[in-house]
Amino acid sequence: MTTLNIDHVSRWFGNVVAVNDITMTIGPGVTGLLGPNGAGKSTLINMMGGFLAPSTGTVTLDGQAVWRNEQIYKHIGIVPEREAMYDFLTGREFVVANAELHGLGAKAAQRALATVEMEYAQDRKISTYSKGMRQRVKMASALVHDPSLLLLDEPFNGMDPRQRMQLMDLLRRMGAEGRTVLFSSHILEEVEQLAAHIEVVVAGRHAASGDFRRIRRLMTDRPHRYLVRSSDDRALAAALIADPSTSGIEVDLAEGALRIQAVDFGRFTALLPRVARDHGIRLLTVSPSDESLESVFSYLVAA
Amino acid sequence: MYDPTVARLTYRALLGRRRALILGALPLLLIVIAVAVRGLVGADDQTAADVLGGLALATMVPIIGVIAGTGAIGPEIDDGSVIYLLAKPLKRPTIIFTKLIVAIGVTMAFSAVPTFIAGLILNGNGQQVAVAYTVAALVASIAYAALFLLLGTVSRHAVVFGLVYALVWEALFGSLVAGARTLSVQQWALAVGHKVTDGDLVTSDVSLPTATVLLIVVTVLATWFAGQKLRTLTPTGDE
Repeated sequence: MTTLNIDHVSRWFGNVVAVNDITMTIGPGVTGLLGPNGAGKSTLINMMGGFLAPSTGTVTLDGQAVWRNEQIYKHIGIVPEREAMYDFLTGREFVVANAELHGLGAKAAQRALATVEMEYAQDRKISTYSKGMRQRVKMASALVHDPSLLLLDEPFNGMDPRQRMQLMDLLRRMGAEGRTVLFSSHILEEVEQLAAHIEVVVAGRHAASGDFRRIRRLMTDRPHRYLVRSSDDRALAAALIADPSTSGIEVDLAEGALRIQAVDFGRFTALLPRVARDHGIRLLTVSPSDESLESVFSYLVAA
Repeated sequence: MYDPTVARLTYRALLGRRRALILGALPLLLIVIAVAVRGLVGADDQTAADVLGGLALATMVPIIGVIAGTGAIGPEIDDGSVIYLLAKPLKRPTIIFTKLIVAIGVTMAFSAVPTFIAGLILNGNGQQVAVAYTVAALVASIAYAALFLLLGTVSRHAVVFGLVYALVWEALFGSLVAGARTLSVQQWALAVGHKVTDGDLVTSDVSLPTATVLLIVVTVLATWFAGQKLRTLTPTGDE
């Protein structure tokens, strides 16, 4: 049982606060660290991996400090986001080197290569590998010493769907074996498919934590904003506001459009075309104005 | 203190195709020049000392030192692959010390060996000139490797800074400005070389004890500091 404790951790670079007073506990199983790009996920993972000192707060693995403690790497496997990995070596040479650095031998390396199903290409130079193959060899290098904590920074970036599925299967297996697996991602669907537990980080702050269904509900239940243009904006506005699925409508004269805030997403999307047809109004534009991930996340922060 | 796996990775990175070409080109040039000078001037001790002092020790050794010293760690820090060394239960000073040994070995092999060969070609080691400059090159290799390894650890532009130091400070100021000579690896190495020869063909502005102390202090301090830097190094991400 390995538990990673992040206790009131902040990190700033000059005047910029990258991670702001985050406290979380990562236990066995697969945990997804979700957040938009630039939210501070990599900074947080760097601190979890002992590559960056927290400005304040502590990161401990089963009570042991992670920062400035080389011996902690006996228990941690790291899959970095960056691609670079001694491209002049073959996959096997690379994993063997990683095993040796842990004081292990070729046998451990072979076992790790088998786990990620890379034996078939192990004697090819890494420079000839595809993105997915590189990712798997990185995984093998992280698994070679059988670590109890696995940290992966954006492991699915740039992978094709098949590679993604294979890696997800592998991570699920690792989690089921009782390892503590933490991976970061900015894509909700990825996290949802893989992690039972989600930690959401937005703008350096810990926005939400818990079961993915709860977070998914928070995300779909949030007020949605739409920009609508029609043949008769005022008549449409009057008809829509009568329904409880709509909480506010603004007539934007400059844009010549309605800005609608809907509280019940499902009901509103069914209501709008029906109301328009019933009143003989032509819909010219219907566009969601806050579907960006950032706005979804910032809603979560407020929630 | 020494890790054979780190050494193997460093050797293979250093002696990869492109870098090996650059490392090999300079010694080759020195030997070609030595052959040409011998053909034109004949065996002359003073000429041999001029070529070995001006070309081999003042220019080639520091440049090879820059390539080997910064190349032993700089590229790994730049592209982030150093994380595979850092994420291991391995003392950071061990990583630095191992890389230093490799950088010293490569610098010696590509600078001291060709210096000796060039010396033999130029005057057949008359007055021990070849041996003296070879010893100086060996000594300088150690200090340069340590200095430039540190530079590779602290700066992303290590090669540029290293070349500026090697060419401007060592080759230009070291030859022209008297004060700068006291703080020049080249002069320290020459002091050691001077001890080996009988005559006045190899001379230094620095006394042997001063030179020895400075060489040791610079090498040890640079290595220690590089180890400390590595302890707090954050591999860069794409974010």
